[in-house]
Amino acid sequence: MSERIEFRLSGSGGQGIITAGIVLASAALYDGKNAIQSQSYGPEARGGASKAEVVISDSFIDYPKATIPNYVLCLTKEAYRAYGENANEDITVMADSSIEIPEGKKALTAPIIETAAKEFRPMVANTIALGFIVGCTGVVSQESVIKALLERVPKGTEELNEKALYKGFEFADTVMGR
Amino acid sequence: MAEKNKILLQGNEACVLGAIRAGMKFYAGYPITPSSEIAEKAAELLPKHGGKFIQMEDEIAGIACAIGGSLAGLKSMTATSGPGFSLKQENLGYACIAEIPLVVVNIMRMGPSTGLPTSPAQGDLMQAKWGTHGDHPVICYYPSSVREMYEYTIKAFNMAEKFRTPVLVMTDEVIAHMRAGVEIPEEVEIIDRKKPEWGKSYLPFKVTDGEEIAPLAAFGSGFRFHVTGLAHDEMGFPSNNPLRNDEMIRHICAKVDKCNDEIVESAEHFTDDAEVLFVACGSVARTALYVVKQMRSEGVKAGLLIPKTVWPFPEKALKALSSRIHKIIVPEMNMGQLVYEVERIVKGDSTVTLLEKVTGELFKTEEMYNKAMAVIKQ
Amino acid sequence: MSSWLNYLRTHRFPHIWCAGCGNGTVINAMARAAEDLKLNKDKTSVVSGIGCSSRGSGYLDCCTLHTTHGRALPFATGLKFANPELEVLVVSGDGDATAIGGNHFIHAARRNIDLTLVIMNNNIYGMTSGQYSPLTPTGALATTAPYGNIDRTFDICKLAEASGATYVARATSYHVSLLKKCIENGIKNKGFSVIEVLTQCPTYFGRRNKIGNAPQMLRWYKDRGVLWKPGTKEDPDKIYLGEFVNVTDSEYCESYEAVIEKAGGKK
Repeated sequence: MSERIEFRLSGSGGQGIITAGIVLASAALYDGKNAIQSQSYGPEARGGASKAEVVISDSFIDYPKATIPNYVLCLTKEAYRAYGENANEDITVMADSSIEIPEGKKALTAPIIETAAKEFRPMVANTIALGFIVGCTGVVSQESVIKALLERVPKGTEELNEKALYKGFEFADTVMGR
Repeated sequence: MAEKNKILLQGNEACVLGAIRAGMKFYAGYPITPSSEIAEKAAELLPKHGGKFIQMEDEIAGIACAIGGSLAGLKSMTATSGPGFSLKQENLGYACIAEIPLVVVNIMRMGPSTGLPTSPAQGDLMQAKWGTHGDHPVICYYPSSVREMYEYTIKAFNMAEKFRTPVLVMTDEVIAHMRAGVEIPEEVEIIDRKKPEWGKSYLPFKVTDGEEIAPLAAFGSGFRFHVTGLAHDEMGFPSNNPLRNDEMIRHICAKVDKCNDEIVESAEHFTDDAEVLFVACGSVARTALYVVKQMRSEGVKAGLLIPKTVWPFPEKALKALSSRIHKIIVPEMNMGQLVYEVERIVKGDSTVTLLEKVTGELFKTEEMYNKAMAVIKQ
Repeated sequence: MSSWLNYLRTHRFPHIWCAGCGNGTVINAMARAAEDLKLNKDKTSVVSGIGCSSRGSGYLDCCTLHTTHGRALPFATGLKFANPELEVLVVSGDGDATAIGGNHFIHAARRNIDLTLVIMNNNIYGMTSGQYSPLTPTGALATTAPYGNIDRTFDICKLAEASGATYVARATSYHVSLLKKCIENGIKNKGFSVIEVLTQCPTYFGRRNKIGNAPQMLRWYKDRGVLWKPGTKEDPDKIYLGEFVNVTDSEYCESYEAVIEKAGGKK
């Protein structure tokens, strides 16, 4: 089951975590892979913590949710406390730079929230995060993620989102030393 | 791999797309989590596709209105979840005795009562069979993937039209809410209800005794007849005749029971040489498949039977397996429902162990593996 | 044979109602109204729920649907909305329409869907032998109110008006020409029409409450019934009859045509 790649994306409600998950899964389909996206529902979807999971595989996906995720994205401190803090060494935490992460933890960070607010609009933090994830992991092609993204974002925000996605790719190049 | 041309769909969305493909032209319902996306998608798509959507004042009105729509000649559907499924039971029975085609979707959430509205469960399996009072036929599909939500919703319409009876599509919140790639099949079989021929005498409630089921004329199509939830004669008028009562009840049950082999569906994985058999449905079957593969990689000869129709239950398939596999494990997201049907069928051929789960979460792989291994090692 | 009899399934007679029951008079008026309007029997549907009144659907020769208790209106809504060409009439009782079916009653009125609802109000649950209904007068006796009913009653017509019905009228089983006229006007109204018909149940209401047998109950309606006019100062000892509401408003099935257009669908 090693070809199975699992993502858990977490943040606060309204950050577009679920949309990011849907775009990631959709991009995987464009690459000819299988993907299943799921999300947490309920009161937590009303401004509290928000969580989406994406499983991507070349073969049939049986169990639809993350078992032990390969990657955990945390956009807020609360999300990090819930899903990042206890992540074992097999898990790569991908987090916003505002979150304090202890030394020695396997983590990749980027100033996602701040960049979205200052250079774009706060609503595209999820898109920057998505670019960061795809850039760091290469789990789907950049071409597919752009296509999937442009299909899912509100009309009139395509250009803004595409630029935000490229910003995420840039951050990935930086942390990966490319 | 490389299965291209797939579109990413949510389970509930796939259900509506399947329904529209099957020819659904009428939806009446009441919103309830975790099925509301079905109503929302139907509201969006039906007016585009020559159909009609109406949100009624409550769950009971939802199914009653859908039955009315069907009797007017349109393929009709309603969808709900636990509390609403309970409320719909009386009129589900009405559609059975009045022999009106209808598809009812029930997305299972944890109960009883309001329970956990956004969490998966499998607590309605027995309600699907015994929920409405009196003897009646039950056809209930249980999709375990987004693709199956599409396929089995189509089949549900086909069976409803063919057998003139309500058909259930039930699944759990996990399958309803997850998104996966679905390749929309180019060709699907669509069955439309038979209509009576002009100039011939028409008995809308004719006892067919294994022959083709009586056609159903739409109200307004020129045939005038009476439809009632009372025991009735072949014309549809109320009857108190004991012989007719017996004939009518046997007819509505037998028209489906006699075709069980045609209706029943199940899937088997790794059962050829299995020494331990899992029987599981829906999202639990997906966890079980993961666990079975894991066990196989460790040399444990595990297999899996997935009932795709919970009712009628794949009795023959299970009986064949239990004649040679003597350890059966039934994981369920309830305190034990399917397990009773499994026990009834295997009747001592095998030991049957229930793994229950009522936390409101999907069965996790490690948890099922550990519990099942403990049973296997006994 | 009088042509209005063509609207009846006379082969189903004798009917199940008690001697002296007023329900037959109401069905008679419906058949005569249908004849006057020359309704096409193949395109007419009569829907009913459960109770004495609801057995009326079985005696009318058209597409008839006898449903579950209280639910006639949502079934009828399904028929009408699915095929707006159908002329859909609903027969119900006071218990069926305002107790178990009360929610459906106000919502059908709110939608103003083109249905004509005839409520046979006999002030009691007759079919089940005399339990009190929401229209059993305060103080009256019923099998479930052996010491006198303490419930207050609805005014069906005011409830219908407040809920949005576009045609509302009241008649009795004594005032048969008025009754027929109200049913006709209700059918003609393109929207939700409510006709409340006070109808005698000598078996379970009249006798128990010392109003008397059928002729005495009809006399009771005759003596108290007065035609309502706008501005009438209401006397609690009178029964006000006639049309209370007859207005035009957007009808549900027609409104949905605009939805289809916005969605880009074909009719």
